[in-house]
Order: sequence, then structure tokens, then C-alpha cells
Amino acid sequence: MWIVSLLTSPFVLVLLIGVAGYLLARARALQVSGGDIRKLTALPKQHGLNALLSAWVPAFGFVILALLYERFAADTRGGSDGLHTAVQVAFVALALIGAIWALARIRIDFRARIAAEGWVRGLLITASTIAILTTVGIVLSLLAETIHFFRLYDWKDFFLSATWSPKFQGDSQLGIWPLIWGTLYVSFIALLFAVPVGLFAAIYLSEYASPRMRAWAKPAIELLAGIPTIVYGLFALITVGPFLRDYFSQPLGLGDSASSVMTAGLVMGVMLIPFVSSLSDDIINAVPQAMRDGSYGLGATKSETIRQVVLPAALPGVVGAILLAASRAIGETMIVVLGAGAAARMSLNPFEAMTTVTVKIVSQLTGDTDFGSPESLVAFALGLTLFVLTLGLNVFALYIVRKYREQYE
Amino acid sequence: MTDASMGAAVPRQTKSILIEDARTKKRNAAERRFRAYGLAAICIAVLALIILLTSVLGNGLSAYKQTFLDLEVALPAEKLDPKGNRDPAEMAKVTTLAYGPVLQQSLVAKLAEMGLTTEASNKDVGEMISKEAAATVRNYVLAHPELIGGTVEMNILASGRIDGFFKGRVTMESAALDKNTSPEVLVIAQALKDAGIMKTRINWDFLTNPDASDQRPEAAGLGVAILGSLYMMIVVLVLSLPLGVAAAVYLEEFAKKNRFTDLIEVNISNLAAVPSIVYGILGLAIFINFAGLNQSSPLVGGLVLTLMTLPRIIIPARAALKSVPPSIRDAALGVGASKMQSVFHHVLPLAAPGILTGVIIGLAQALGETAPLLLIGMVAFVRDYPEAYSSSTGLFGDPSTALPVQVYNWTQRADPAFVERASGAIIALLVFLLCMNAVAIILRRRFERRW
Repeated sequence: MWIVSLLTSPFVLVLLIGVAGYLLARARALQVSGGDIRKLTALPKQHGLNALLSAWVPAFGFVILALLYERFAADTRGGSDGLHTAVQVAFVALALIGAIWALARIRIDFRARIAAEGWVRGLLITASTIAILTTVGIVLSLLAETIHFFRLYDWKDFFLSATWSPKFQGDSQLGIWPLIWGTLYVSFIALLFAVPVGLFAAIYLSEYASPRMRAWAKPAIELLAGIPTIVYGLFALITVGPFLRDYFSQPLGLGDSASSVMTAGLVMGVMLIPFVSSLSDDIINAVPQAMRDGSYGLGATKSETIRQVVLPAALPGVVGAILLAASRAIGETMIVVLGAGAAARMSLNPFEAMTTVTVKIVSQLTGDTDFGSPESLVAFALGLTLFVLTLGLNVFALYIVRKYREQYE
Repeated sequence: MTDASMGAAVPRQTKSILIEDARTKKRNAAERRFRAYGLAAICIAVLALIILLTSVLGNGLSAYKQTFLDLEVALPAEKLDPKGNRDPAEMAKVTTLAYGPVLQQSLVAKLAEMGLTTEASNKDVGEMISKEAAATVRNYVLAHPELIGGTVEMNILASGRIDGFFKGRVTMESAALDKNTSPEVLVIAQALKDAGIMKTRINWDFLTNPDASDQRPEAAGLGVAILGSLYMMIVVLVLSLPLGVAAAVYLEEFAKKNRFTDLIEVNISNLAAVPSIVYGILGLAIFINFAGLNQSSPLVGGLVLTLMTLPRIIIPARAALKSVPPSIRDAALGVGASKMQSVFHHVLPLAAPGILTGVIIGLAQALGETAPLLLIGMVAFVRDYPEAYSSSTGLFGDPSTALPVQVYNWTQRADPAFVERASGAIIALLVFLLCMNAVAIILRRRFERRW
């Protein structure tokens, strides 16, 4: 019995119509040619392909649009109960019309290859617009819920208050500044560690290292980039945090929390090393050899050449790389969730636990959330802030890097 | 301009050039220092990698070993089958709560038989056995009702504290402060181990068991998480491979340089740098709240990861297409192929190894991604293995967790035994990543052509 229900399900029916269209069109093309396929403008299989795509593409396009329309029209949250009968009928009908239309167009001089490729081209264009749709989806979903949030909560309190204390019974104070402060502080420490290490590693690898050392050191550093951030987070939680607490913050009397800005910053710094070093490596290698040779010719040592010729020439690119790394640091989640703590405070002591925008997005949206309360919706406002911040940094950094590349091309 | 005339004009060099003057010394020292900084930077990076890996391996390898207890369990008929008719349906009414005391009595009897005396109460002795063991024995008994009334030799889990004692996590001092165990119990455990009744052995169940509750870390495993991750990877592969390749082909081979394609390109490079947690918010708002898909299902997780992975696949795929020399296209066009045929019959197969390498690396990144999955509810406690398809929840619609999320989940538990489990899970994750990257490297080495 299940075979019957499977065969009559509209999805399978449309698939079958397409396949049948292919076979029929191929046979029909052969028949039109009178057995001599040299007379045909297009190969029989191209006629078949045209019939197949004429059946599938409009039908599936229609059903996707219909699904979207239904969601917008209904505007209810919760599960959808399948497709309406009318939509199902139209779905199958469209496939049939497409196949029949393609079959009817078969002539000896019909350019089936061009027709079929038109459909393929449409599919390719659709696939590449998904990137734009994703961006639109991100912006719309963030904006819609943020506006919803600001209806319930005054935007002045959000942007100007320095207190973050959500209470689930209501009457919360949701000022963004403690979170921004924590984010910037952690990112600052991470960059303070990653930029010198990454930059010097890149300089050494591109200017000094023997090919043999390069062969093992470069993959080893790049291995750091392939490790998932949850691993870094666990490393911060079970190794770095307790180590810093027992050997630095407690003996120095600076605090007794294992999760701190320092913990998260250092571990994030390790994560960013390969990022800074591989970008800088590319940029340093792009500096023309002639500039180095000129410097050597004047009697400069290798380090003098690097400091006074190569680095100034590469500076815009390196700044771009650092900005990209900064945007990564700001958006990083798992390391700070496990390493930085959850207490929203503004303090200068790096051994104290602080929290970041990403940590609060996670904590406000996990567990049982009520999407009508400002305590949950604030996460969308935080997400929008994060998105705007990282997007701005990225666009600026990519602009600098591109400008720099053009200079030497 | 000869050397002689220059030397005569400026009689500067008075010493041999083999003897460094003060300025040269300074410059050479600066050179050496600079070099040392570079070397130090590389050492720091490599050292960080080594410490990271040893810390995770050191903490996690013990998760693959577990302490078990060989025990003859007496199965008293009056407790386990009060009706006395050996009907599994009737016996199923006896819950695991009744099996706990049965196991406890068997262990106490065993101690008495061995001649071990202790100050610990019978209840403390019973707590040496995992709470999971009661369920194991119950399932076994329900499957073999004829065994009731006799004894059965069972291999059951010891509790997390006892296991921790043999792995060095629990000591006599910490046990004295712990209300779940006591130093006397640990002495018995040692005696049982010496007698060969308790053994710590390799435990592959860690990879297949589902998660367990807070009180029984010894039974927690990765089965559900691995299955969930597998389902998500299938979704990501099935969606992102065709979409990513199609987008790359269009942008690289067909798109004319205009506003629209420029917009797409800028968009893709920016999407690759959007923080992953933003994709989580997108998934929550679009796939769960708007489209009404199931929370914590691998389908939603896969969709979110697909959107995140797409730009990371498109960029290397375009590079692979670009590296195919134009002469291939020209030759195809020259013998009458259409543009589409030249791309699909010639360029794409030649670029395939490069594209696949990019896809595998993109999948590996998606496999390790945690943050977006937290937001779509994959942190939930799931004990049932998710079905790939079920009629009520649809394709990949069952709630499940994922490997990296399971790690996060376990770090949030109170019992320190879960830290060992989390590190063990990381080892599993890293092994999967290593395999995927190895495949990518082999593909690149063996099939990629350089023109």
C-alpha cells in the first residue's frame, strides 16, 4: 500500500513526470528526425533534458514560493500542516504543462540545447543569489526582532545605561556598555598577544627560515587554525584558567576566579596567531623583491631591511589583517563562554571575570525562552550590534587590503 | 671612478674589515635579536599547540577506560516478580528502584564471603555500584525472565567516584569531604580490585552510549551526539555541495562584470567573516520561529551550518575553477561545444579535486562549530537515538545533540567526572577532523593538477 501512497505523493509525481518527459522527448526527437539524427539541430538527449527541466524548474520554483507565501499569509508560529490541496494540484499541473509544452516544441530545427541551457543558467543564478538572500535574512531577522525589543524597552536605556542585570520577573536593566567593555577588553588582550607573535612568526617564516623549517613550522601553526573553538574553550576552562588563578591572580591578590578576561584573552590570542601570521605572510610576500634588493645594495642588514623597507611597505596590508583578526575576536563565542565568565562588570583588572556580547546572546537565548519578553529579545539587539560592528571592521579591512594589493600589481 | 681614487679621497677605513667596530657590532646584535624574536614567536605558537593537545589528550584519554565490577547477582523472586508468573509485562511494573537494593545485597554478600569487614554502612557499599547498573540488570532480567530466583553473573558499571579513585581523580582526602563516597568505601574498592573483581578496562561504550543524567557520569556516552553530527553533515553536504558549486560556476564562468555580480561577490566575502553566532540567531528567527521547523533537530542545525559553510565553499571552488587554464575552454568551444558544455564537460571535472578539497575543509569547520547550535536548542538533554526519518517529525526532525555541543553541555555539569568525558569527546571530535583533513590532503596531493 505504501507504494501507492508514495507514487501519488505530489513530489514523487513531479519527479516522475520529469523523467517521463525526458524519455518521451528523446523518443519524439528521434521520430521527428525520421531515424536520421544528423537532421536534428540538437541531439535527442538535449531535447530530453529540455523537457525534464521544463517540468521540474517551474514546478519546484512555484512550490517554494507557495510555501513562503503560506508562511507569510498565515503569520503564525508553530508547525506547518503540509501543503494545501490546491497548491499540490497546481504543483503537479505545472510540471505536466511544462513537460507537454517542451514536447510540443520539438521540431527538426528546434534549438533544444540553447533552451535547456537557459534553464541551467537560471538555476546557477538562483544558487548564487542565495548569498544575498542569506544576508537579507540575517538583516531582516535581526532588525525585526530588534524593533520589537525597542518597543518594549527604551533604546536610550539600552545604549546609555552602564548596568546589565536581567531579571526574568521583569524590570530588568539592559545596558549594553558592560558587555561592550568586556568584549573590547578580551579582544584587546587577545590582539596584544596574537599580533606580535603572529607577525614575528610570519616575518621569520618568510624571510629567515630554511625551507626545511618552513615545511614543518607553517603547517604546525596552521593546525592551530583548524582546531574548533570549543576545544580552545575547554582548554581555557580546565588548563589556562586554573593555572592563571593559582600562579598569578591569587598570589598577586588580584582575584580568585579561574574565568577571567586574561584567561579568555590569552586563549583567544593563541587562536588568532595562525590568522594573523598567514595573512601577514601573504602580505609580506607580496612586497616586491626589488625593494629588498635595493635596501641590501645600500648595505642594510636583513633586519634593517625588514623594519625600514618591508614593513612600512606592507603596513596597510598588515593593518588590514589586524582588523580582520579583531573582527574575529569580537565575534568569537565559545572561548569567552567557557573562559571569561558571566558577570557583567566594567573593571580594569584583567584577572576578574567579565562578560561579552556573545556570551549574553547565548545565555539569553538558550533554555526556555519567551519571545515576548525584553530579556530574550535583547539578544537580537545584541546580535545586530555585533553584526554591524564586525561587518564595519570587515568592509574597512577588506578595502584596505584590496587597496594595498593593487599598489603592487 | 676607481677604488684607488675613492680610498685616497676618504681615508676612513683604518682597521681591517674583519674586526667589527662598535657600530657594526651594534647592528649585528640588533640583527641577532630580531632573529631571536622571530624564532621565539614560532616557538610560542608551536608550544601553545603542544600544550593544548597534551592537556586535552591527558584529560580525555581516561574517558575511554571505565571501571567495571564482576558480580554474581542474586535475583530474589519475591522482589522482582511479586505476582510470580514470570510474565515480562507484569515484571516491567517493578522499576529500577527495586533493583538497586538487590544489587546492594549481592555486593554485601560478596564482601562477607570474601571476609572483608568494614565500618561503612550497607548503603555506602551499595553506592559503589553505578545507578545505571540497576537499569542494565533490569533490562537483562526482563529479557530472560527464567533466571529469576537464581543468580546471574553480570559485568556492571562501578560508580563515578570509584572509577575516579582508580584514575586518580578522587583521593582519600577528597572522599572524606564527599557525601557520595567515603574513605572506607575506597578501601573496599581497592580490596575488590586486588581480588580481581573490579577491573578498569577499555570502554568503547563511551562512543555509542547516549548521554546520562548528572548523577551517573560513568554511563554518559557520545552515541546520540555522533549520530546527530552525522545527520547534520549529511544535510550540509547534500545542500552545500550543489549550491556552492553552482554559485561558484556562475560567478567564475558566466557572470558578466556588473553591479549585481559585484554585489554578490562583496556579499560572499563578507558572509565568510560574519560571526558564527549570528547564523545561530538567523536560524532561530527564520527556521524555527518563522518556518516552524523542530527545535534541536539535525535538519535545522544542518540548514544553519549550510548557510555558514556556503561562502567558505564558494571561495575555494572559485579559486579551483580559476586555476583551470583558458586553453581548455577555448579548445572545447573550438570544436563546437556550447559555453555550458565546455564548463560542465571539461572545466568542472578538471577543477573537481580542488573543489572537493574545499568542500571537505568546509565540512570539517562545520563539524566543529558550536555557537550557532546552542541557539537552536541542540543543548537539550537527549537520551533517545534520533531517527533519520520518522513519520511524525519528518526527515532528520528528531531532537538530538551534536559532538561539540555535547562537550559544552558536559562542561556545565557539576560532577568533575564530566570534565574527563568532555575531553574524551574532544578527542573523538579531533579524530574525525583529522580524518577529514587527511582525506582533503590526499585528494589534493593525488589528483590536483598544476598547469
